[in-house]
Amino acid sequence: MNKKLISSLMATALVLPMLVGCGNTASTTNSTNESKVEATTPVEETAKVEEVATEEGKVFNIYCWNEEFKSRMASHYPTYEEVDATTGKIGDVTVNWIITPNDNNAYQNALDEALLLQADASTDKKIDLFLIESDYALKYVDTEYTLDVINDLGISEDQLSEQYQYTKDIVTDSNGNLKGVSWQGCPGAMIYRRDVAKQVYGTDEPAAIQEKFSDWDKFLAEGEVLKGAGYQLTSSVNDTYRVFSNNVSSKWVVDGKINIDENIMKWVEMSKTMKDAGYTQTHDMWADDWSKGFTTAGNVFCYFGPAWFIDFTLGGHDLDGQWAMTTGPQSFYWGGTWICGATGTDNPSLVKDIIETLTCDKDTMVNIVKADNDFVNNKSAMEEMAADTTYTNAVLGGQNPLKMFCEGAEQIDLSNLSPYDLGCTEEFQNAMKNYYLGTATLDEALDLFYKNVEIKYPDIHR
Amino acid sequence: MQKPHKIKNSKAVSYNRWGYYFLIPFVLVYVIFQLIPLCSTIYNSFFENYRSGLTQIGPNFVGFDNYIKLFQDGDIWRYLGNTMIMWVMCFIPQILLSLVLGAWFINARLKIKAIGFFKTVIYLPNLIMASAFSMLFFTLFSDGGPINSILVNLGIFSEPYSFLDHVWSTRILIASMNLLMWFGNTTILLMAGMMGIDASLFESAEVDGATQTQTFFKITLPLLKPILVYVMITSLIGGIQMFDVPQVLTDGTGNPMESTTTLIMYLNKHLYSKNFGMGGALSVFLFVITAILSLIVFKVSNNKEEN
Repeated sequence: MNKKLISSLMATALVLPMLVGCGNTASTTNSTNESKVEATTPVEETAKVEEVATEEGKVFNIYCWNEEFKSRMASHYPTYEEVDATTGKIGDVTVNWIITPNDNNAYQNALDEALLLQADASTDKKIDLFLIESDYALKYVDTEYTLDVINDLGISEDQLSEQYQYTKDIVTDSNGNLKGVSWQGCPGAMIYRRDVAKQVYGTDEPAAIQEKFSDWDKFLAEGEVLKGAGYQLTSSVNDTYRVFSNNVSSKWVVDGKINIDENIMKWVEMSKTMKDAGYTQTHDMWADDWSKGFTTAGNVFCYFGPAWFIDFTLGGHDLDGQWAMTTGPQSFYWGGTWICGATGTDNPSLVKDIIETLTCDKDTMVNIVKADNDFVNNKSAMEEMAADTTYTNAVLGGQNPLKMFCEGAEQIDLSNLSPYDLGCTEEFQNAMKNYYLGTATLDEALDLFYKNVEIKYPDIHR
Repeated sequence: MQKPHKIKNSKAVSYNRWGYYFLIPFVLVYVIFQLIPLCSTIYNSFFENYRSGLTQIGPNFVGFDNYIKLFQDGDIWRYLGNTMIMWVMCFIPQILLSLVLGAWFINARLKIKAIGFFKTVIYLPNLIMASAFSMLFFTLFSDGGPINSILVNLGIFSEPYSFLDHVWSTRILIASMNLLMWFGNTTILLMAGMMGIDASLFESAEVDGATQTQTFFKITLPLLKPILVYVMITSLIGGIQMFDVPQVLTDGTGNPMESTTTLIMYLNKHLYSKNFGMGGALSVFLFVITAILSLIVFKVSNNKEEN
């Protein structure tokens, strides 16, 4: 008996540490990159004559979460040459792309680990440049891990003068220093299906549709009309989330306390009405059920999204050309990518040059619009393009959406961001799903939200 | 007088010594990878130690605060309940299925052809990564997935049924995935146990005129008990660690309303903020629960033996 007792204890002792091992240490890509760097060194030696300040590092490490920035570099940074899927070359400098997907916070985990080791890393291993998104920008902006664009990198305020103010506000730290620059602006709008509009309203003209959807009451009323015709107003309750969350008057966290803004609660109220009436579903964003509406197999009338959404997400399905855009009930923004120089980089001049070329050079930016239909962060370029009748968007059936985006961009106000936005948004949508489905009351769902946010961020409380 | 005695002793020791030498690799691996982490987990559970953004908070000694926080809202018992419910839902059908399959495969009278093939096939689901399996089920059972379109087209449902929006359908999905993944493994273990039973026992039972059912319940089952207890304990320990299937299927949310959140999923949530204090406390709790459950199973099986 005693032996069995001991052996069972031993057995459990064997098992317990396995439980602890569930944590995630990312950055598996590093090792493969190393070998590639070594393999390319001989080539570098021969190409030494090329430009770029010679005293700077020969390896340039970029951390990001998808291929978007890489494709921008490949098509719009003149001296960039692609070597293979994870490496490129600028002159004699090897560019390493360390791409970690965003899912389950994996990108930030990998980036955080690397940044915390930055000071002790060898020069070839140091991060030189990394990308951030608005949802968690403040987490990096207000630290010493990001370089001051103006004072450290030497980009002049004059060069940045054409950029939209909000893209600068978001990455300005508490001391007023600019810590990142973006090439894109992300004002969003309502994107609806022309064929459905024609069938239900007899017209697909953006102005006529805008009339019917100019505020949330009208929006809801049209839900009934569309339902009668067999269509859903939106694919998921989460489609309208950004429109509400970007028009808030307070932050998610105020003085260490979790705060739910009135406007967010309005979203909850409207979404519950929509779900109960059958105008929409509760799919998670990016799931197959959510994106089914991009195709003729779906029955979704509209989505809400910015310029990148049209080309990067909505486009490429069998409804291309069947979409049109209008401002919708309220203007908003969604997403956006900022370039940050990492403190400790051994290639500051290259960081500066990449930022200058991709975010300050008007010609490059106009090319980005023409090639990739992005909305770029340059006021005069965008205004010219908005007036240009030769520029049209194929996904939107030949509409030029830039004028609408230009108006939206001027109205974006990002003063209510907090470093906790990403986690709060995720947990809020997850918790509220239970309320919409009827598996929980509103109070239960709110309790669930508070609890999970407190787990994610132990330093803030209800 | 003393000398020969001593020599005798040292001889015995020298033989024993080899035993210890052979144990060294295991002990080393055990100490480095199991015992030290175990102790450091317990040690960590007494500290406030997490990361907020890029700022490290702690480690500050907080005594039993983490444990108090853990048990304060009673959620941990709900997560334990979820875990056990889903484990039982998987284990009972699994052991029945495995017993039946094992008995069939072993039974020489049934003359099943290509037993090797079937043994391989039932083991195959275990080779698929749990997360991939989970993704597959997520797609199969989504609103617009194939299962729903089949059900709607056959006229069984008038509109798609959201499997993952209802408590019991989600739990059944998780249990059946675990069942599919592990019944092959259990079958092979039970078969090994059954093959170890003396064939003459079956023969004499047959001579005595016992039916197939009688043979199974009076001979196979009692003699299989040690293996059954082993299967039960390993499955229980595995069940308490249930993580990947519900995590991937519900995207870590444990929806609807955390009815599928398991203890390890809860642990995983604490690791978002690298909260090693709370994670440690939860791991110690899991350790204690696992130890208690294993002891109960041992005791129960032991008592029966004595009777």
